[in-house]
Amino acid sequence: MSWTRKILRVNLTEGSCNAEDLNMDWADQYLGQRGLATKYLVEEVDPKVDPLSPDNKMIMATGPLTGTMASTAGRYSVVTKGPLTGAIACSNSGGFLGNEFKNAGWDMIIFEGKSPEPVYLWIHNQHAELRSAADLWGKTAWEVDDMLHAIHQDPQVRVATIGRPAEQGCYYAAVINDKHRAAGRSGVGTVMASKNLKAVAVRGTLGVGNIDNMNQFLQAVNDGKQVLADNAVTGQGLPAYGTQVLMNVINGIGGLPAHNMKNAGFDGAENISGEAMHEPRKSDGKPNLTTNAGCFGCTIACGRISTVDPEHFSIQGKGEQYQGASGGLEYEAAWALGADTGVDDLDALTYVNFLCNEDGIDPITYGATVAAAMEMYEDGVLTKEHTGGIDLRFGNAEAFVAATEALCSGEGIGPDLALGSKRLCEKYGRPELSMSVKGQEFPAYDPRGIQGIGLNYATSNRGACHLRGYTIASEVLGIPVKTEQTDTDGKPELVKAFQDATALVDSSGLCLFTTFAWGMDNIAPQIDAACSGDWSVEKCLEVGERIWNMERDFNNAAGFTADDDKLPKRLLEQAIVGGPTDGQVNRLGDMLPKYYEIRGWNAQGELTDETRQRLAL
Amino acid sequence: MKMHLELYASLMEKLPPGNARFRRTLDVDEGTSVQQLIERFRITDEEAHIVLVNGHFVCGEDRSQRILETEDVVSIWPPVAGG
Repeated sequence: MSWTRKILRVNLTEGSCNAEDLNMDWADQYLGQRGLATKYLVEEVDPKVDPLSPDNKMIMATGPLTGTMASTAGRYSVVTKGPLTGAIACSNSGGFLGNEFKNAGWDMIIFEGKSPEPVYLWIHNQHAELRSAADLWGKTAWEVDDMLHAIHQDPQVRVATIGRPAEQGCYYAAVINDKHRAAGRSGVGTVMASKNLKAVAVRGTLGVGNIDNMNQFLQAVNDGKQVLADNAVTGQGLPAYGTQVLMNVINGIGGLPAHNMKNAGFDGAENISGEAMHEPRKSDGKPNLTTNAGCFGCTIACGRISTVDPEHFSIQGKGEQYQGASGGLEYEAAWALGADTGVDDLDALTYVNFLCNEDGIDPITYGATVAAAMEMYEDGVLTKEHTGGIDLRFGNAEAFVAATEALCSGEGIGPDLALGSKRLCEKYGRPELSMSVKGQEFPAYDPRGIQGIGLNYATSNRGACHLRGYTIASEVLGIPVKTEQTDTDGKPELVKAFQDATALVDSSGLCLFTTFAWGMDNIAPQIDAACSGDWSVEKCLEVGERIWNMERDFNNAAGFTADDDKLPKRLLEQAIVGGPTDGQVNRLGDMLPKYYEIRGWNAQGELTDETRQRLAL
Repeated sequence: MKMHLELYASLMEKLPPGNARFRRTLDVDEGTSVQQLIERFRITDEEAHIVLVNGHFVCGEDRSQRILETEDVVSIWPPVAGG
């Protein structure tokens, strides 16, 4: 079985915690984590609900493999209706929290209502209770983590929490666990704050059992780990350079957007790259990168642990927490905080990244929001009166650091930046400068230079997101096969295949990064051995497609239409100038109709009756 | 003929001495192919996972036919990924 078959339902309005049996029919149709939690959400929540009202729910969910000995099996997801977008939100995180939930005996926790006072949830195996968070409110995520460890006196306690921006209504607040890992996108942390829920602290000692066929499972898991170890990407590339190795690759192929996506190509890319993180600096002879790090059960270990140069301006006179090693830059953060803002100061970006972790901010949306603000500042729409005196030009590292501190403290330009780029640009009359889809900002790949990822962005169910269908693997990296980045032929099929497979992986408890080495023929046997029922490759892909369509259905019912499957005009009409992708715009119109057709949707982007029937929706 | 070679990530250790992070300017004979350049620096086919000439991808089968021209920039990465 692998599922614990138990759900914890926490009614914050009443202050109650109750156990329920997991709906095993749904588990058979939606597997776990992203898929199963979304099924619960769409069954229990009105799609038109205000995301920040007590009527919205927030679900923390593990997958059936979470906590098992499968490689990377420590994942959990936070599922809700997102405040940044108004669409379905599902943010996935690693670290050690998911494993702890599972060891405490829970497949998922459903939070509903709103507590009259700030609380945190304490879980110790089957015991769950809400406790006062009066002392925790107003604290950073790092402070809360330390305080809860001091209260519970157990280093093995795992904490998920929100920082100050979430409390202040920042639309893209993250849920931070284990201090450096984040369910980062779409504002899931903002929903948590709206419920007066500051943190979840969990300790589980029950073990993870219920493996359907242990011998088969051990064999499948062992085979999978061997594939990861033998593969050059997961065995060598990711541990050594992390995701940040992409900075020079994507810049090299003309796909790195810069300066609020005005153009592709950033001269400072090499200064903030994975390779640069290895270079000894003058002050102390040490590199930015201290070590790599792995989440629970991971045999890849792509995580970055970094220090800021002790002589760097950003940390002078600041707290001790910035003077030592902490969660370092990953590629998407380095792009948004760096290339998109024009800042190529590695230490400034590392410090800002620390702040994003410390106070629970999605660095992608944050960096892109600052980039939009910088463009408006340079255009004269924003002045120093708006910025609190900050000279918010592109490339100004000091200004960027000051703006980030303002966001965290809620002062100066902070409340404006907390809006996200869509609301910020609308507020100042320049909506066209928000580089977003459905209100969520783009990650680090320019859809003008890489066509398929543009279609994925436009159709992603949680707004612009690379992790909904990472066609970069094929279009740039040649995994599993190389496709031409500037072609549109075959891209609808490629996007659909990536989106469906990703939905399944996100529902299993495994990390998506395994798919740089694993295909579904490596993943399905592990699920099949762990879970009851038939989990063939075919069924896994069918479940992935069902999940994708369920999410789409929710968004349509929430009011999204085909008109929302679009890219900003800049990316459709303003061609890249210079470099290998000179003259390119995204040709979304060449791909979208075919995509709808193979999805089984009508011209309005809605599921047809036939599709509902085929997928049992 | 002058051209430029860029080696990234773990391939950086195969760069000849020089000051720039990734790039070296080289003299190569007229008619040198991309594949011959790769072999000159003892980079295996498996290591030469992403090969760009002036930012454009050159797949394994085309590397012997692609003849270098003056001022070409050849960039090479081992198997890498991220996201």
